[in-house]
Amino acid sequence: MADFLAMNGYAAYIWPSYAVFFIVLAIDAIAPRLRRKRVLAEIRGKLQRRQSREATP
Amino acid sequence: MNPLVLWFHKIGSPPTFYRIAGALAPWCFGIAIVLGAIGLYGGLVLAPRDYQQGDAYRIIFIHVPCAWMSLFTYGFMAINAFIALVWRIKLSEILAMASAPVGAAFTFITLVTGSLWGKPMWGTWWTWDARLTSELVLLFLYLGVIGLYSAIDDKRKAARAASFLALIGIINIPIVHFSVNWWNTLHQGSTVRLMGPSKISGDMLWPLLTMALATHIWFFASLFARTRVGLLELEGGKDWARDVALADAARNDTVKVHG
Repeated sequence: MADFLAMNGYAAYIWPSYAVFFIVLAIDAIAPRLRRKRVLAEIRGKLQRRQSREATP
Repeated sequence: MNPLVLWFHKIGSPPTFYRIAGALAPWCFGIAIVLGAIGLYGGLVLAPRDYQQGDAYRIIFIHVPCAWMSLFTYGFMAINAFIALVWRIKLSEILAMASAPVGAAFTFITLVTGSLWGKPMWGTWWTWDARLTSELVLLFLYLGVIGLYSAIDDKRKAARAASFLALIGIINIPIVHFSVNWWNTLHQGSTVRLMGPSKISGDMLWPLLTMALATHIWFFASLFARTRVGLLELEGGKDWARDVALADAARNDTVKVHG
């Protein structure tokens, strides 16, 4: 296991590469989820404002 | 209208595509992660060391698939940008704009992992080699498309302006691809070829191709998730989008009550 992690001296280049790969793709997967929440809240907000405008004469 | 055109119109309508993409996205994410795990196990554990580059070559299993994706994504974006400009199809505008951040992510990974590979192999993090420079220009093109789209408030006009930029940027794609043949610089030539035999052994090739498949499927997973949000944003005033927003609120309330 230690041998595997050491990558014969190239660990300092290989593992950061894989870290960047996983971190960037994790952000890529999370970003649309967060934006979706914001967009849905915006749609509900607009709907609410319109309904309260129509309710008050 | 003939049945094919009718089918195309149905698939292309925002609420229908929203539903289909919602059903496909989780499967794509799941398959991409499983294939990625298999490919990386093959690449990091099973594949033998390279006789010249030692274990450093193992960066290839993420660097090369991401580099292929940086070009594939641009092609996908440009095709949709073209359809958006010529036929003004809403879905194509959103597909083109949704692919730009995914392409930027893959291009960024390509540049960083390439740099981390270049240091032990070439002795430098960066050099103004033709392949490296054109890949950097590719990242700037993606960022330009994203920036232009977000700078214009009218999203349909924004998509057309950014699509135009995406189409002009196509000129860079053959430059990236052929740069290692056209200029004799530091970056090594193609190892895997569609025409003729690849210059790589089988136990290195299958993890590489598995990773390539995984990243392609990941692209579509991310694209579907982003396209869904883009469609909701563009059609926020329509009944179907309101229904989605209200159903989402109702689901959150249930979770709060029972959780």
